[in-house]
Amino acid sequence: MEFLRPATWEEALAVKAQHPSAVPIAGGTDVMVDLNFDRHRPDALLDLNRIHELHTWQIADDDTVRLGASVPYSKIIDALPDRLPGLALGARTVGSPQIRNRGSVGGNLGGASPAGDAHPPLLASGATVEAASVRGTRLIPIDDFYLGVKRNALEPDELIRAIHIPSATGPQQFAKVGTRNAMVIAVCSFAVALHPRARDVRTGIGSAAPTPRRASEAEAFIRAELDDTGLWTSAGELPLSTAKRFGELVARAAAPIDDVRGSAAYRRHALAVMARRTLLWTWNDHRATGRAAA
Amino acid sequence: MKVTFTVNGRPTEADDVWEGESLLYVLRERVGLPGSKNACEQGECGSCTVYLDGDPVCSCLVAAGQVQDREVGTVEGLAQGDTLDPVQQAFVDAGAVQCGFCTPGLLVQTHDLLNRAHHPSDAEIREALSGNLCRCTGYEKIMDAVRLAAARKADARDAAPTGLEG
Repeated sequence: MEFLRPATWEEALAVKAQHPSAVPIAGGTDVMVDLNFDRHRPDALLDLNRIHELHTWQIADDDTVRLGASVPYSKIIDALPDRLPGLALGARTVGSPQIRNRGSVGGNLGGASPAGDAHPPLLASGATVEAASVRGTRLIPIDDFYLGVKRNALEPDELIRAIHIPSATGPQQFAKVGTRNAMVIAVCSFAVALHPRARDVRTGIGSAAPTPRRASEAEAFIRAELDDTGLWTSAGELPLSTAKRFGELVARAAAPIDDVRGSAAYRRHALAVMARRTLLWTWNDHRATGRAAA
Repeated sequence: MKVTFTVNGRPTEADDVWEGESLLYVLRERVGLPGSKNACEQGECGSCTVYLDGDPVCSCLVAAGQVQDREVGTVEGLAQGDTLDPVQQAFVDAGAVQCGFCTPGLLVQTHDLLNRAHHPSDAEIREALSGNLCRCTGYEKIMDAVRLAAARKADARDAAPTGLEG
């Protein structure tokens, strides 16, 4: 096995082009588990720890956060909870403090496990993945990024440079079911983001299908419901029946399996509950913010 | 490969390191620091917690090559000579050590918590230690030890001349 330690981003891309089978390692919280248990013996590890810019973020003029692929979850929680509330909530549920000091969104995306906690908030925010290679840079919409269980849209010579995430323009929530409050791989998880300026609601489902996915029918339903009833304008109360229907449609969008963490039926049930609750939380937050601003 | 790094303030070199080896293995098997414990090898238990450039991390999940030119702090570095760190002393005094296997990780994690939060609430303590598993004590004595260490450190700060916090 080789241990490749590029000092710069340009060097990292050149090394990845020369060694397409090299496994990138940043926080190591997934990659090292496979190595320790001898599940996977790659030809080479490509260490990204020395590349400083991967640990930084920038705010663009349009308020989009360009989050470096290796920014650890603990930094997102401390520094970006206002701009990226959904992702920060998801980050708080990752592993333990030690894991959050090392793990990063780039790693979640690279691993593309359906259970990754960053995925649902990224889907709900409408994020874009910045992938780069010696051939150039491309921006992959998050909806096109997840291809299958632990498979993503990256080419063998590409590395994730950053994730572009629009700053929140409305309330966002994240909920996750597990057996305890820490060190939990999601049984299932759900994120919802209100986008009041666009009069849009977006969702993300985790750990309940081969890939993280949006609940498109549920989104269309709530969009139409909010428009038809004039609720965006009136900022009135969201009927419980509407939230329940939203939850049912979210559950229907999932394609869960029975496994050691939970049954398919339980996952569907839990998703419906989480979706109903988080929608009501975000809507009530939205109403409270509107009243405060008025 | 060879890895050169700093452990507990001392420049250290490890030879013949396998490229897929963990920092934990290097510490225990190559540089004679077996304080960090090897239990789960998957970041679940926290027994191998060390400081990496000042942040507590699971050393079983850090590739050895990643610590080149960086600073690692282990449980062996907490005491000053024969004087235990207040966190270590509190664990002894509170009876928070039973089999002792999880203790090194809990000590490092508690040490970090008390550097960041001088008067942690019980919720903050539980959150900080949520990645450290103990299968003996039921955690109550550990909670007692952390509260005791926090109180003693607060007393020491009150007694110290201004500007000498630590």
